[in-house]
Amino acid sequence: MKERGVLPGFGLTLGFTLFYLTLIVLIPLAATFYKTSALTWSEFWSATTAPRVMASYRLSFGASLVAALTNVVFGLLVAWVLIRYDFPGRRFVDMLVDLPFALPTAVAGITLTSLYSGNGWIGRFLEPLGIKAAFSPLGVVIALTFIGLPFVVRTVQPVLLEMDPEVEQAAASLGAGRWSIVTRIILPGIVPALLTGFTLAFARGLGEYGSIVFISGNMPMRTEITPLLIVTKLEQYDYAGATAIAVVMLVISFALLLAINLLQHWSRRRIGGAGIDGAGA
Amino acid sequence: MTPRRFLRDLLIVVLAAAAVLTTARAAHVTLLNVSYDPTRELYQEYNVAFARRWKEKTGDAVTIQQSHGGSSKQARSVIDGLEADVVTLALAFDIDAIAERAQLLPRNWQTRLPHNASPYTSTIIFLVRKGNPKNIRDWGDLARPGVSVITPNPKTSGAARWNYLAAWGYALRQPGGDETKAREFIARLYGNVPVLDSGARGATTTFVERGIGDVLINWENEVLLGTRELGQGKFEAVVPPASILCEPTVSVVDRFAKKHNTLAVAQAYLEYLYSEEGQTIAAKHFYRPTLPAVAEKFAGQFPKVELFTLADIAGDWQKANRTHFADGGVFDQIYLPGR
Amino acid sequence: MISGRRSAAGRALTEPPLVRRALIGASLVFLGAFLFLPLLAVFVFALQNGVGAYLAALVEPDALAAIRLTLITAVIVVPVNVLFGLAAAWAIARFNFFGKNLLITIIDLPFSVSPVVSGLVYVLLFGLQGALGPWLQAHDIKIIFALPGIVLATIFVTSPFVARELLPLMQAQGTAEEEAALTLGANGRQTFLRVSLPKIKWGLFYGIVLCNARAMGEFGAVSVVSGHVRGLTTTIPLHVEILYNEYQFAAAFAVASLLTFLAVATIIVKTMVEARSRTGS
Repeated sequence: MKERGVLPGFGLTLGFTLFYLTLIVLIPLAATFYKTSALTWSEFWSATTAPRVMASYRLSFGASLVAALTNVVFGLLVAWVLIRYDFPGRRFVDMLVDLPFALPTAVAGITLTSLYSGNGWIGRFLEPLGIKAAFSPLGVVIALTFIGLPFVVRTVQPVLLEMDPEVEQAAASLGAGRWSIVTRIILPGIVPALLTGFTLAFARGLGEYGSIVFISGNMPMRTEITPLLIVTKLEQYDYAGATAIAVVMLVISFALLLAINLLQHWSRRRIGGAGIDGAGA
Repeated sequence: MTPRRFLRDLLIVVLAAAAVLTTARAAHVTLLNVSYDPTRELYQEYNVAFARRWKEKTGDAVTIQQSHGGSSKQARSVIDGLEADVVTLALAFDIDAIAERAQLLPRNWQTRLPHNASPYTSTIIFLVRKGNPKNIRDWGDLARPGVSVITPNPKTSGAARWNYLAAWGYALRQPGGDETKAREFIARLYGNVPVLDSGARGATTTFVERGIGDVLINWENEVLLGTRELGQGKFEAVVPPASILCEPTVSVVDRFAKKHNTLAVAQAYLEYLYSEEGQTIAAKHFYRPTLPAVAEKFAGQFPKVELFTLADIAGDWQKANRTHFADGGVFDQIYLPGR
Repeated sequence: MISGRRSAAGRALTEPPLVRRALIGASLVFLGAFLFLPLLAVFVFALQNGVGAYLAALVEPDALAAIRLTLITAVIVVPVNVLFGLAAAWAIARFNFFGKNLLITIIDLPFSVSPVVSGLVYVLLFGLQGALGPWLQAHDIKIIFALPGIVLATIFVTSPFVARELLPLMQAQGTAEEEAALTLGANGRQTFLRVSLPKIKWGLFYGIVLCNARAMGEFGAVSVVSGHVRGLTTTIPLHVEILYNEYQFAAAFAVASLLTFLAVATIIVKTMVEARSRTGS
């Protein structure tokens, strides 16, 4: 991007960032690796690849992925509607978007369960259709969609807000239709933010515990998420076994996040510049 | 507004808020009682009674702080340094863990107070919907096809372990009962469980509020309290002919009590549980008193159940845990694929 | 825009009314199922015993202690993470260096770490059986099961928010204006305060909002390091759990609803900042 000479503060900001991350993130996480090292390889292997654990990986990663994709579609829609259109109650809706963060996850879990279980406000309409929302993998997806929504909306919103209307006007005056403006100018500009939102919602879903234990039903092999297995190991005073699963989760999500970030880096290089360079000018 | 002014204003607000919020707490003689979930109401009342009693006896004021949660989670907190003066937990296994893993109290802690350090006992019974539509009378009925059973996850809940062991004991004590038959019975019973909540109170909510299941297995005190307080008239208690004797245990945590200089008051706190007043409070909250005089007074409140002990059916906690609840144990095998 | 006679260029700047309404409708239906109904449910449950009971639950001493602890935690956590976020976003968005994607991924990592584990790592470090535990015990320094532990766990969980909110925005904006300011003789601090900060203020604002909401609402990680001593080490979310486990459902939801007012307060601040910045410019 830019040559290092012109802008100041590189050493200071990068130095502080590295110091902070080491202290707050890396050293504490290293403790899980240290604790796990008490296990032999075969103990580690059997703790992290038991059938029940494998089933939980599938659920945790699968449900997080579905929920994050749902949020990409609807989160973009919500952000777009909130920034571009005016309608009665817009401010009110805007303010509610943060709700999933503010509400303690346990409260979210209890509330969603009471809405989506067979006798709940929504569940009673789903049950006759043969859809079991609470106490099923679908319940996990519902909770994770709720938890992840603000990530997508709130990362896309500022980018949409700072986008320069002049670029669109210029394109329109050159004869571009609405569809091509949206797909060729606006969308490429928000792809990085959208990917960020997806990453965050997905990552957040992997670790979520508080709300899921209420809505999933916690049935082994079917609706048991990985963080719950970590807790059950702890309840047996098996710290090393618990951190072993935590380490596996950590390594897999680190690899996934890194892959997404590289993809994003690459996509920004390829399509980044168009339509956004003038933003904020 | 310039960003600079904005930042300055922000800083002022933050500092002012910090100043207001960090007012110092006055010093007290305090005890910390780390306990499990269903004892909340019991200790709320008991703590007031003990503080009054201690004041009368010594003139000192004592404040008792409470911490509640799943029994083994609470034990883990103490092991990791939560400085409890006394622990009052659901199973002896959890206090054993504190003694073994952190050496905060001697291993013979159960000999220091009467009745193996369990001042009150309880058992496991059923809660069913009004009129008992599925006609549930005994443990055997829970494994019938078409009966939906609510019980929490024995891996994460102390109550759930007692539930499980009571069912195990029932199967073992049947004519011709042996371990193979008991395993088979347990597998059928848990095949009827649609939701495994992480704790006993979560299971109660699933049964009562969500309307799921035909029967809830739970502590006797929770069931009796529940029929009185929750969903008036919508539920009734069913008492099986036989069930397990649950012995929640208590102990002083020597190392922390010594550090806080509260050894004497902590001991008095637990001993008072065995007194007539303490036992009466326990009985009022549906814990079975161990003091004969109080037990007699409240006899009408507690249904007649033939009680078997843990030792009768599964040995001690170490062994029970290894066989049933540890990874790969009997409980895990129920859910193995291919069964 | 609203008039019927629109030029072709005007049409290309927004969608036809029908599409607009359909988009608004779709997003409202989605939000209805995932946001409005849960929120409504919280208030319905909270008020089921009347307004008097609602207020009584909020002013009860243990509730007040929980509110105070939560505020103290947020007051420490948010500024620290704002500082970190600004530094990290500046270093990453403005400069090129080796391992940048790795650094972004490490910043994201706390999102994907299960709250259970984020609490556990501090127990492993500072707990009595942990690496530093015996030393801390000997010097009577309390970290976990006290305020420092709660603050540390919260910092860990919320550390990515500000950085992650600023990054896509600053990357989209480029550095042309900062470079111009510097060429015109402004020093680094002036450039940051006068040029960079105004451009990112919405991103920063959302970052602070999300960080704060999550800091106050965090349940899982804090639950592991809190010790749950009633009135002493319980934050608002933990107090909600206590009430719920005492079958005081109405009171539990009343205290939980307090956190939803956060979102309301946020939007009021946002409106004020908007109004002031408009009159200012």
